[in-house]
Amino acid sequence: MQHLLRRSGFYLVALWASITLNFLIPRLVPGNPAQVLIARLQGRIDPRAEHAMEIAFGISHASLWNQYLEYLGNLAHGNLGISITYFPTPVATVIRQDLPWTLTLMGTAVVISFVSGTLLGIIVAWRRGSRLDALLPPALTFLSAIPYFWLALIILYVLGFVLNWFPLSGGYALSIEPGWTPDFLLSAVQHALLPAFTIVISSIAGWLLGMRNAMMTTLGEDYVLMARAKGLSEQRVMLTYAARNAILPNITGFALSLGFVVGGALLTEIVFSYPGIGFALLQAVQNSDYALLQGIFLIIAVAVLGANFLADLMYVALDPRVRQERS
Amino acid sequence: MQLDERKAEPGVRQVTPQLLLPGESVATSSAPINNDAQQALRRESRWGGLGSWLAANPKVAFGLGIVGFFVLVAILGPVIIRQSPTAFSSDVLQPPSTAHWLGTTQTGQDVFAQVVIGTRVSLAVGLGTGFLATIVSVIIGLTAGYFGGLIDDMLSLLINVFLVIPALPLAIILAAYFPFRGPLPVAIIVTITGWAWGARVLRAQTLSMRRREFVEAARASGETSLRIIFAEILPNVIAIVAAGLVGTVIYAILAEVGLEFLGLGDVTTVSWGTIFYWAQNNEALLLGAWWWFLAPGCCVALLGAGLAFINFGIDELANPRLRRERLAKKPAKAKKVEA
Repeated sequence: MQHLLRRSGFYLVALWASITLNFLIPRLVPGNPAQVLIARLQGRIDPRAEHAMEIAFGISHASLWNQYLEYLGNLAHGNLGISITYFPTPVATVIRQDLPWTLTLMGTAVVISFVSGTLLGIIVAWRRGSRLDALLPPALTFLSAIPYFWLALIILYVLGFVLNWFPLSGGYALSIEPGWTPDFLLSAVQHALLPAFTIVISSIAGWLLGMRNAMMTTLGEDYVLMARAKGLSEQRVMLTYAARNAILPNITGFALSLGFVVGGALLTEIVFSYPGIGFALLQAVQNSDYALLQGIFLIIAVAVLGANFLADLMYVALDPRVRQERS
Repeated sequence: MQLDERKAEPGVRQVTPQLLLPGESVATSSAPINNDAQQALRRESRWGGLGSWLAANPKVAFGLGIVGFFVLVAILGPVIIRQSPTAFSSDVLQPPSTAHWLGTTQTGQDVFAQVVIGTRVSLAVGLGTGFLATIVSVIIGLTAGYFGGLIDDMLSLLINVFLVIPALPLAIILAAYFPFRGPLPVAIIVTITGWAWGARVLRAQTLSMRRREFVEAARASGETSLRIIFAEILPNVIAIVAAGLVGTVIYAILAEVGLEFLGLGDVTTVSWGTIFYWAQNNEALLLGAWWWFLAPGCCVALLGAGLAFINFGIDELANPRLRRERLAKKPAKAKKVEA
């Protein structure tokens, strides 16, 4: 219990640090970016309009401390400012529109990658020394060492452009009206297949190697030998004796990667022009849309912190040793 | 995350000086025992042993070969390639040919010249950032581990907060707000987002070392904390620092290329990342110009693989359990030095 309280305390501090960084970074930079934008328009707009814009973009001439309090107050009300890219849509609305795309795409890809990687890891460890064990881990390690966006570009070029099996960009065909129609869903799935595939390819090696290494340790344990000596079936020894005791790091790793479901898709979405959070972030960067930029960073930071906390909780729940040690 | 920490703490590693790469002479100066015979042995085995050590470690030899090749290209590239990488020509979007080995861009720039010239910037930023981040992690990690108590608590909190804040989005935010663009901001940003991992590993190692006899002895003889940390403890964790350095360089190169690809570097400098940026911006993919982004990607992947191979080797040195039999065959020699 004390352990949990300490961890909660830590994540609260980390959350506060993220929010404060988010607040401070734009203000530490000489020349407020939004002021630069207004300066660009100066002479062309009415001073009153200028004042209205200042208010809309949240530029104030108050002291840093008062600005900070105001910023925290706005956050508490879910007010993240107004996006310039999608003017005058509030940032919160933009994020709410984009988030489902990212969550569906990354969620599916991460689950597929985790399940198949872990299973392959179990099999490879069980048949250690076989040809499969000699080929699969190095091959997948090589794939995961390639910079992700480059791998994605190559796959997109070959499967999308040359072979024309998959659409090149976007989340759905633009000719179809978004809605819960079969046509739209089919189109969305078609557009999601290739990005999901690249994520699985680049992340599967981590799961496989983690599982394989942990299995190697448990396979040498006496209780595995005992289970075999008792004459239990191969499958049972493999799954409920060796794998079950080796899967802990992978499960906590899975909890961690849930945080990257929100943030890790940045490059995927940018390469595939997929209409999620990552793509919105790129557009925010290109349009100097600082409110949107900060809003997205905050969402990603919260997701990653939450996932880390979840991983901690799972660790305590699954490993009795941690509980005993700390109590 | 926690599992790593638990694993890292109990395994105190004593680095045998014989197994260090040349140039890391720091390690010998304060090894617990020094006498003439051992120093002679060490000197002999260091240089003489390097060749055979590399032969016994094909991974490291392979990795060093790749990295050495890129260093050569970075140094000599601009001397050999007379052609300007940004010069326009009328050969627009040509596939690879004898005139243009790696094809041309949409404005007729030679991709081969760009890749070769860009190696210098990419490598310099990657290596420089790696060193910078490692220095930060050494200072913070060793200080936290050596002092313990309140200082450790504060620094650990700092380390953990930086570990848990997502690196790439933070880097993008920082880069977007930075008042100017170019290799220097990229290096600073990647340092800020990349130092924490190494610091945590070093802190755990230092923690296990601060009550060791040689540290106590140094303290008893009145050495300053600064000297104990950097002259007594640092040499004993140098293998971990080296592994962390290589790992950080890999991260730095990938982050640098990623930021430049997003247009957050200086897009007018020629580097691997900016080649990607221009290729993506001119929709090289839709034009079918595969050669535009194939070569820089291969370079990044190769360099990353080379560095990873070096790291495997360092890991095997630092952690005897990972060592293959080939290395374990020569225990007598190693023991003498250690004894």
